[in-house]
Amino acid sequence: MAESTILNLVLWLPVLGMVALLLSPRGNDSAVRGMTLGVMLLQLALTAWLYRRFDGAVPGLQFETRVPWIGDWGVYYHIGLDGLNVLLVALTAFLGPLVVAGAFSAIQKSVKLFYAMVFFIQFAMLGTFLAQDLFLFYVFWEAMLIPMFLIIGIWGGERRIYATLKFVLYTAFGSILMLAAVIYLVYALSQSSGVPSFAFADLYQHELPVGVQGWLLAAFALSFAIKVPMVPLHTWLPDAHVEAPTAGSVILAGVLLKMGTYGFMKLGFPLFPDATRLFTPALMILSVVSIIYGACLALVQTDIKKIIAYSSISHLGYVMLGLVSLDLLGIQGAIIQMVSHGLVAGGLFMMVGMIYERCHTRELAAYGGLAKLLPVYSVFFMILTLASIGLPTTSGFTGEFMVLMGAFNAAWPQFQAGNSLPIVLAVSAVAGVVLGALYMLWLAQRLLFGEVKAPHQPFTDLVAREKAILLAFVVAIFALGLFPQGPLAKTELAARDYQQRVLASRVEGTTP
Amino acid sequence: MDRTQLLLTVSIALFALGLTGVMIRRNALVMLMCMELMLNGVILSLVTFAAATATLSGAVLVFLVFVVAAAEIAIAIPIVLLLSRQRKSLDVGAYSELKG
Amino acid sequence: MNLLTLIVVLPLAGFLLNGLLGPRLGKPFVTVVGCGLPVLAFLATVRAFLQLDGTEGAALVETAYTWAVVGDFTFDIAFYFDRLSAVMTLIITGVGSLIHVYSTGYMKDDASYARYFSYLNLFLFFMLLLVLGRSLLVCFVGWEGVGLASYLLIGFWFEDMAKAQAGKKAFITNRVGDAGFLLGMFLLYHAVGTLDFDAVNAAFSGPIAPAVSASLVGVLLFIGATGKSAQIPLHVWLPDAMAGPTPVSALIHAATMVTAGVYLVARLNGLYLQAPEASQVIAVIGVLTAFFAATIAVVQTDIKKVLAYSTISQLGFMFVALGVGAYGVAVFHVYTHAFFKACLFLGAGSVIHAMSGEQDIRKMGGLAKRIPITFVTFAVATAAIAGLPPLAGFFSKDEILWFAFASERGGSTLLWAVASVTALLTAFYMFRLLWLTFLTPSRMDEKTAHHVHESPFSMTGVLIVLAVLSAVGGFVHVPHFLEPLMPLPATDHALEHLEMPLIVLAVVTGLLGLGAAIYVYRGGLARAERLQQRFAGAHRLLSGKYYVDELYEAVLGRPLHWISERVFLRLGDRVLIDGSLHGLTGLAQRAAGRLSRVETGNLQFYVLLAALGVVASLAWMWRHG
Repeated sequence: MAESTILNLVLWLPVLGMVALLLSPRGNDSAVRGMTLGVMLLQLALTAWLYRRFDGAVPGLQFETRVPWIGDWGVYYHIGLDGLNVLLVALTAFLGPLVVAGAFSAIQKSVKLFYAMVFFIQFAMLGTFLAQDLFLFYVFWEAMLIPMFLIIGIWGGERRIYATLKFVLYTAFGSILMLAAVIYLVYALSQSSGVPSFAFADLYQHELPVGVQGWLLAAFALSFAIKVPMVPLHTWLPDAHVEAPTAGSVILAGVLLKMGTYGFMKLGFPLFPDATRLFTPALMILSVVSIIYGACLALVQTDIKKIIAYSSISHLGYVMLGLVSLDLLGIQGAIIQMVSHGLVAGGLFMMVGMIYERCHTRELAAYGGLAKLLPVYSVFFMILTLASIGLPTTSGFTGEFMVLMGAFNAAWPQFQAGNSLPIVLAVSAVAGVVLGALYMLWLAQRLLFGEVKAPHQPFTDLVAREKAILLAFVVAIFALGLFPQGPLAKTELAARDYQQRVLASRVEGTTP
Repeated sequence: MDRTQLLLTVSIALFALGLTGVMIRRNALVMLMCMELMLNGVILSLVTFAAATATLSGAVLVFLVFVVAAAEIAIAIPIVLLLSRQRKSLDVGAYSELKG
Repeated sequence: MNLLTLIVVLPLAGFLLNGLLGPRLGKPFVTVVGCGLPVLAFLATVRAFLQLDGTEGAALVETAYTWAVVGDFTFDIAFYFDRLSAVMTLIITGVGSLIHVYSTGYMKDDASYARYFSYLNLFLFFMLLLVLGRSLLVCFVGWEGVGLASYLLIGFWFEDMAKAQAGKKAFITNRVGDAGFLLGMFLLYHAVGTLDFDAVNAAFSGPIAPAVSASLVGVLLFIGATGKSAQIPLHVWLPDAMAGPTPVSALIHAATMVTAGVYLVARLNGLYLQAPEASQVIAVIGVLTAFFAATIAVVQTDIKKVLAYSTISQLGFMFVALGVGAYGVAVFHVYTHAFFKACLFLGAGSVIHAMSGEQDIRKMGGLAKRIPITFVTFAVATAAIAGLPPLAGFFSKDEILWFAFASERGGSTLLWAVASVTALLTAFYMFRLLWLTFLTPSRMDEKTAHHVHESPFSMTGVLIVLAVLSAVGGFVHVPHFLEPLMPLPATDHALEHLEMPLIVLAVVTGLLGLGAAIYVYRGGLARAERLQQRFAGAHRLLSGKYYVDELYEAVLGRPLHWISERVFLRLGDRVLIDGSLHGLTGLAQRAAGRLSRVETGNLQFYVLLAALGVVASLAWMWRHG
């Protein structure tokens, strides 16, 4: 009983924080920072408590709250934790204080508004993950656009207006189509069952003809694929990352992108299992294309943030590959990879921000030999690079290994049955690990080794605050890399559920 | 054609003349006068119908329309006056800031 | 704490202690921790070895913890210690400790002393994970980990971009191999249901073969081995890896990491015994690599590069042995090679130290009297690698040649012939190295010659130990020790009478190599230079290392870059994707612009439109009324 209250508190705490900030008098920036950090840490503590209490052996939702909202339409305020969102909620809460602390020295103007936006977006992200009602989900999904628009548009770089408009319009376009699909879906459900309902549980049960499913899946998938992002809907990401302030990039890479994959996992695929099975080859192809295309593009960039942005596209390709493999290893691997990527890419963007604050440029050519100038920084950078590459003992390995193994497990029987596309794709994905090492090590080499050069010297190595932030990232990365069994136990039942829902389709032929 | 039809024809003619005047004439005051003409056409048709169906509601409506027309003129003419002081012209084409 | 876990954890502790506290606590602390912990690990290994004897051959198994459970798949972190593990672990901790001690002298004046030892300990940790791991998963963790340590140590002096790049090249080349390793692992798990080595071997040796081609798995895993053990076509990183400090070259690129591939195949002998095609591939690649590397070594002028190519060549020999089913013999060669190659590399380090950093053998000569201990140990090791009896190399190399000839699992005269020619070349280029460095008249310049001095005892002491081991190590008959695990392959009875003649032939080959080296290089470089001019084309080809690096760059490197830049970035992202986006927005803007022309600002126009609208709706209502 108490847990559901705590869960509500976790969700609404940022709103309280935001209101308190907006009502507070202007001028006292350090109080603002301190208060924001405090609220975020409180949220993290509560989330950690809930995480410990979450029981992986219990199926279905835990710590639920279900309250009628718009009764006539069947809309409920329904939130809860299950295996699919528990890790993502933990990730969001974990990144909250880190984002806030990381922005202390970077954001100097309109500080109050900035942290209010950070609270807002934290609220929207948590709401998206926790929502168990489609209407609620959609509201939170759309809500996330506003603070992100402002964060990039006000505190961003030179081309911020272009970047933020591109981001918002692109995402909103997908969302509009999704709205149409949502309306149709609920309408169809209410026609057949007589009672209107937006609840996920009811929508899962409802069966639709394959053709209809195809259109609906396309609409949902468009919206989610833009978010992930999957090639060829990815071009908003490099611009958004480059122009966003560090905190924005960390939020974007750390959590926002996972909303797309979560959407696929929670809604897109289980709601339309037959269409998913039909589209599986196309989805697999797109995932592997994302992996390789993202990696190739990362190789030829000159802006550090763009390299990491393209690496995100590549890493999330692995997640999608795991999800469509419909193999339990692949699915669990995809979930782990989501969290891992949040930590690794978030950490890397944080580090780029730190160097940008010192040298005011993101051009790779301006840097060299940082290992000599900033030894502590370089150690952390190297660790994050290795995690991105997927070195065993880091979370990157856990995710990638399980995804690849899952993809292979699903592809091999099909190969033996005569269908060779999946195995070709799986092998290509394995080849992707070579490319991954190539561009990251190339980045590390250009940045850290060789002759020393950097603008605006002399500058100091990492201060205590920065070290603490990076240490948090690194500890989490190694914890997930060395001891993944804890999180895996919590997600297993939900992963199985997802697998069963999609496999229980009536489409013949593509059974793994 | 009987009396009702004749009167209705006259009222349509009045209305059409007024509408044409509004569309063609550029002088603001003339446009207002044409709008009055349109109103009068409508009033005539109201009275005609009232007489044709031997009810009073049409005639009562006429009074309503009179009042509204008067109020409208009372507001419109000062507006035109103030605007013309600004632009020194009564030509409607001079006021096109809202274009595009 | 459990013994095996202890062996693994001790160097890890060294890495953390030296890495975090080393710079602050100074050199003595780093030395004690950095050398002491590997020595302790060695002692723990000896203890485990004795325990193993006590259990009459049954392996020691320890499970540290469960890494992940997914459905029916359980991945454990577990350690396994049998006779093969014992040999490998003793070499790693033993020779490893010696090299750590040597490093205290060699790296004495280096500013990053603590960082060096922490990386070296990290390497030891991962290498021990590799050989002590019970499953392919733990092995893979160690496998990638030693790649990391190698990367860090090759690029140790990272201010020199070329050295940093050499490190990156090593990592990437290894990664290509690792992709093969992963695929082999996946296939194996799919077929057998476990990644534990003992279970896999049992599954393939058992009555019912698993439903997967053993050769396919074998080849895939071998691809991983070619990466790690620098076989064709993934050998290109090893010569560049000489950019790292010499003790690193000795430890990682001679004695231990590069033998990981040999270990993997030997460990999975149950699988490879059922994979004749894969074994064939291994033997062929092994002998080709051995031959080609030896030919390149003949013309190298950098002392470390000669040894690097020599290592590649000797690894090729080990794979030949594996390819013909003589797994125990391959491990025997790992064992002897660790001694004499480490001795050679460390001796080279001593020479470089004496020569104030000079590595070009054309600028050396006459060092025998100036640095006698280095000379004698180097000479012993050279004789060992050339296969002169009764030194260690003779025993192991000889067995390889015998089985290459007579094994019923793929031995052939051709294989033996190429291997023997390679042995001849080995003797030749190694004695060439010895002569040019130590015995020919000096070609040193004044200043360097003045500074030549023998190395401190921390270095020469280790050299002496390794030289002694190179001399007498062969008398420990490792294949016999490993026989219960890896029986030696049956040999063709008809050929058995040729065993003795072949041994004699092998010795003669070694002596021939020695003789040829003396003949060409006795007085210095004069005769060699004349030969070089006579065979200029061949010399160019060999000096250019057969232009393999250039080939890879042209076929892989540049096209990848070109496609990424031109096709993907410019055409794909900018023109096609963003272009269509901008096209859409442009279209929207233009359309909006045109539509907004309706707002003419002309009041009468609006009235006209309103009137038309009314007429239209009236007409519609009249028609549909």
